[in-house]
Amino acid sequence: MVPVLLILIPLITGAALFAVKQEATAKSIALLASLLSLALMLAGMSGYIDAAQMTYDQPWLGGINSRFHFALDGMSQLLCLLTTLSFPIIIYSTWNNRYDDSNRFFGLVLLSQAGLLGVFMALDALLFYFFWELALIPLYFLCSRWGGERRIQVTIKFFIYTFIGSLFMLIGLIMLYFKAGGSFAWSDFLNLKMTSGQELGIFLMLAIAFAIKMPLFPFHTWQPDTYEQSPTAVTMILSAIMAKMGVFGLLRWLAPIVPSATFLWGDNFATLAVIGMLYASFIAMRQDDLKRLVAYSSIAHIGLMILAIFAPSYSGIQGAMIQMFNHGINILGMWIVVNVIEQKFGTRKISELGGLAQKAPVLTILLVIVALANIAMPLTNAFIGEFMMFNGVLGSTATKFGLAYTIAALVTIILSAVYTLRMIQRVFYGETNELTSKATDISFNVKLSLAIIVVGIILIGVFPKPLLSLTSEVSADILGRMNLK
Amino acid sequence: MNAIILSAILGVILMFSGIFVTSKTAIRNIATAGMALLLLVNIAEQGGFHLFNVNTHNMLVFSKFGLLFNSIAFSATLLFFLVSAKDITNVGINAAEYFALIFFISCGIAIVSSFNSLLLLFLGIEIISIPLYILTGSDKRNLKSNEASLKYFLMGSFSTGIMLLGIALVYGAKASFSMEQMHSSINAGRNAWFYAGLLLVLISMLFKVSAAPFHFWTPDVYDGAPTVFTSFMATIVKAGVFIALVRLFDMSFVGSGYDWQLIIAIVTAATLFIGNITAIFQQSVKRMLAYSSIAQAGFMLFGVFSQNDFSREGIILYTLGYSLATIGIFAVLIKMKDYTFEGFNGLARTEPVLAATTTIFLLSLAGIPLTIGFFAKYFMLASAVKSGSHLWLVIFAILCAAISVYYYFRVIQSMYFKTGLAETEPVTPVFRWLLAGMAAAVIILGIFPNLVLQYLYF
Repeated sequence: MVPVLLILIPLITGAALFAVKQEATAKSIALLASLLSLALMLAGMSGYIDAAQMTYDQPWLGGINSRFHFALDGMSQLLCLLTTLSFPIIIYSTWNNRYDDSNRFFGLVLLSQAGLLGVFMALDALLFYFFWELALIPLYFLCSRWGGERRIQVTIKFFIYTFIGSLFMLIGLIMLYFKAGGSFAWSDFLNLKMTSGQELGIFLMLAIAFAIKMPLFPFHTWQPDTYEQSPTAVTMILSAIMAKMGVFGLLRWLAPIVPSATFLWGDNFATLAVIGMLYASFIAMRQDDLKRLVAYSSIAHIGLMILAIFAPSYSGIQGAMIQMFNHGINILGMWIVVNVIEQKFGTRKISELGGLAQKAPVLTILLVIVALANIAMPLTNAFIGEFMMFNGVLGSTATKFGLAYTIAALVTIILSAVYTLRMIQRVFYGETNELTSKATDISFNVKLSLAIIVVGIILIGVFPKPLLSLTSEVSADILGRMNLK
Repeated sequence: MNAIILSAILGVILMFSGIFVTSKTAIRNIATAGMALLLLVNIAEQGGFHLFNVNTHNMLVFSKFGLLFNSIAFSATLLFFLVSAKDITNVGINAAEYFALIFFISCGIAIVSSFNSLLLLFLGIEIISIPLYILTGSDKRNLKSNEASLKYFLMGSFSTGIMLLGIALVYGAKASFSMEQMHSSINAGRNAWFYAGLLLVLISMLFKVSAAPFHFWTPDVYDGAPTVFTSFMATIVKAGVFIALVRLFDMSFVGSGYDWQLIIAIVTAATLFIGNITAIFQQSVKRMLAYSSIAQAGFMLFGVFSQNDFSREGIILYTLGYSLATIGIFAVLIKMKDYTFEGFNGLARTEPVLAATTTIFLLSLAGIPLTIGFFAKYFMLASAVKSGSHLWLVIFAILCAAISVYYYFRVIQSMYFKTGLAETEPVTPVFRWLLAGMAAAVIILGIFPNLVLQYLYF
C-alpha cells in the first residue's frame, strides 16, 4: 500500500488544489501534503510498516498483460527519499516567492511529484512509461506559465526534445514486450535471450530517452535554457529530481536488461560523458548568469555518474547511486541561494553583485559548505560519491580507458572548483555596490532549509554507510547481470 | 442489420419532419432521440437481439468488430448531436434535412462496417459520400462552402469511378463480388487483373480517407465546409471509411504473398509527413485541424498496415479517441469568433472550462499518456512492431508524432501563456458540462481502455 499512498497523496492533493482559491491556504496544504509523503516514506524505510506493504501488484490491462506493479527496493527507496525530502524543502525555501494563481502552481508541483515517485517505483514497463510522461506534463505547464521571458519557445523545445526520447523508449519497451512473450514485467525483461543485433537496437532506443533526460552531451542543449527560464522552484525539481530519472533509467531499465549491449557500447557513452563534463565545465567558467552556471555544473556532475555507469565496477555503481542522492540535495542548496539572490536583488548577473558576505553572513557560511560539497571536498557527501566513482572507473574491468577517463574527469573537478569558488568570491566577497549595500540576511525559512541540507551534506559525508547499504544489493545485481563482479 | 434499417427509416422520418415540424428545438430533440435509439438497437444486436431478420444472401456479415465499431460511431454521433446540435440548426434554414443526411451517412457507415461483397462496399461508400457533398455545401450563401462542395463532388465522383472500374476488374478475374471468394486460399483467378482491380479500389478508398498522395481535396473541403460538418466529416465519417479499408484488406491482400505492406508503408509515411509538416505552417486552427486529420489518418493507416489483433484493437480505440477529441475541439472552435491561433489568446482567462477541456483533447490528439489518444497510438505502434517488418516506418511515425506536438501545443500556448481576450459566442452551462464529461471520458478511457476493448472479445 505504501507505493500507492505515496502516489495518491500528492496526486489527490495536487488535483484538489485547483479548487482552493486562497493563496496562503494552497501553499500550506501543499507543504503539508509533501511533509505527509515524507513522513510516510520515512515510516516505510524505518521498518514501522510491514515489508509486504512496500509492494503493490494488481492487474491493470488484462488484454495486454500490464499490471499496476510498484515496489520499493533499495534504489527506489533512495530516490523516493530524495523526492519526498526535496519537495517540502523546495516549497518551504521558496515560501516568500509570489506567483499568480499560486493554487495552480502548487497543484502542478504536487502532480509532478506524483509522476516522479511513480517513475521510481514502477516495475511494469508500460506503467513506467506512463509516469515518465506524467512527470513531464505538469513541469511543461509550470515552466511555460510562470517562467522567464523566453519561456514559451524554450519549454516547447524542452518538451519536444524529451517527447522524442520518450517515444523512442516506448518503441524499445514494445520490442521488449514482444521479446518477453507479451509481458511488461521488469522481472520478465531480465533474462531475455536476444541476438546482439536485437539487443543493440533496444539499447539505442532506450538510451536515447535517458540521454536526453539526464542530459548527456550532445543531447543537452535544452537543459541550460530550460533551467534558466523556469521559475527557480521548478528548476529545483528539474535538476534535483528529474535529471535523476535518466540515471535511474540507466540503472533499472537499461544496464540489467540489455547488459551485453551496455557493455559493448559502454566506451562510446563513457566518452560522450567525459566530453560533456569537460565541455560543460569550460562553459560554466564563462557564465555570468548564476542559473546558467549551476545548470552547466549540473551537466558536468551528471556526466560523472554516466561515466561511472558505463565504465562499471561495484564501487563505481555504488558511487553513482549515492551521488544521485547527494547531487540532488547539493544542487537544491545551490538553487536556494540563487533564488534568494534573485528575489532580493532582481538580478542573477554575477557581475552586478558583490560583498554579500558582510551583509548576509549566515547565508554565506551555509552556501560555502554547499559549494564545497559541489566541488567534492572531503568530509562532504559528494566526496564519498565522487571518490567511489573515480575509484570505480579506474578499476573497471569493462573498459580499457579507465585511466584516461579518470584523468579527464579529475580535470573537471578542478574546473568545478575554479568556477564555484570564483562565483563565491565575486558574489559574496569583495566590495559591496549600490545594489548589495542594502542587503539583509536571510529569512528563517531559507535558513532552516539550507541548514537541513548542510546537516545532510556533513552527515552523509562522515557516515555514508546507511545509504550505501541501502543500494548494495541492487548494485551487485546489476554487475552480476553484466558479468562483472 | 438493426442499425442499417433503422437509420434509413430515421433519415426518412427526419426529412418529413422538416415539413411538419417548424420548431428547431423539436427537430433537434427528435434527431438526438433518434440517434440514441439507433445506438440502443445496435447495442442490442451486439447482445444477440435482432429486430429484423433479412436474408442478405451473405452480402452482409455482422461481426463483433463491425458492431462494436457501429456502437462507437453512433455514440460519437450522439455526442456530436449533444454538443453541436444547436450549431447544426444554425447553418441554414433546412435544419431537419441536415439531420436526415447525417442519419443516411450513419446507414452507410453501418453498411461498410459489415459488407461482405464489393457491391455493398460500393453502395455503402456512396451512401456516405453523397450526403457529405450536400452537407459541405449547406452554407448556401458562403462562396467558400460552395467551392468546397463542388471540389469535393468532382473529385469524389472521379474516385467513385475509379472504384467501380476496380470492382469490375476484380469481378472479371474472380467472377464474384463476394469477399469470401477473394479470401479463399485457392489462388485461382488471382492474376494481374485481380491485383490491378484491387489497387484501383485501394486508391479510391485512400482518397476517401484523405491519405497522401490523394489528400489534396481535404484542406479546402474541411476549411470551406460549415465547421460543424467538418467536425463530423473529419471524425466519424473518416473512421467509417477506415473500417471499410481494414475489412477490405483483411479479406483480400492478406495472405496473397504479395508485398502489399510496402505500398501501405509508403502511403502511411507520405501521409504522416505531409499532414504533420503542413500543419505547422497554418495560421487558422480550423485549417490546422484539417491537416492534423490527415496526419491522424496516417496513424490509422497502421491498422491497415499490420492486420493483427493489436491493429484491430488499435483502430477501435483510435476511432473513439480521435472522434472524442476532435468533436470536442471543433465544438469549442465553433464558439470562437476568430479561428486563428491569435483568436485563442487568453482563452484560459475568459473561459477556463473551455480552455481546460480543449487542452485535454489536444493532449489526447498528441498521444500523451493518461489520455485515450496515448493508447490509440500505443496499439498502432505495437501492432506495427509486432508485424515485424518495416521498422523504419515506426521510427518515422514517432518523429512525426513529436512534430505534431508542436502545432497542437501552439493552441495550448495561446490559451494559457499568451495574453489576450479571446472572444467567444455565449456558452451555456450545459455545454460546459458536456465538454467536461467528454474530457473526463478521454482521461478515464486513457487509464482503463479495457472498458471499450472488452467488447471485442466477449
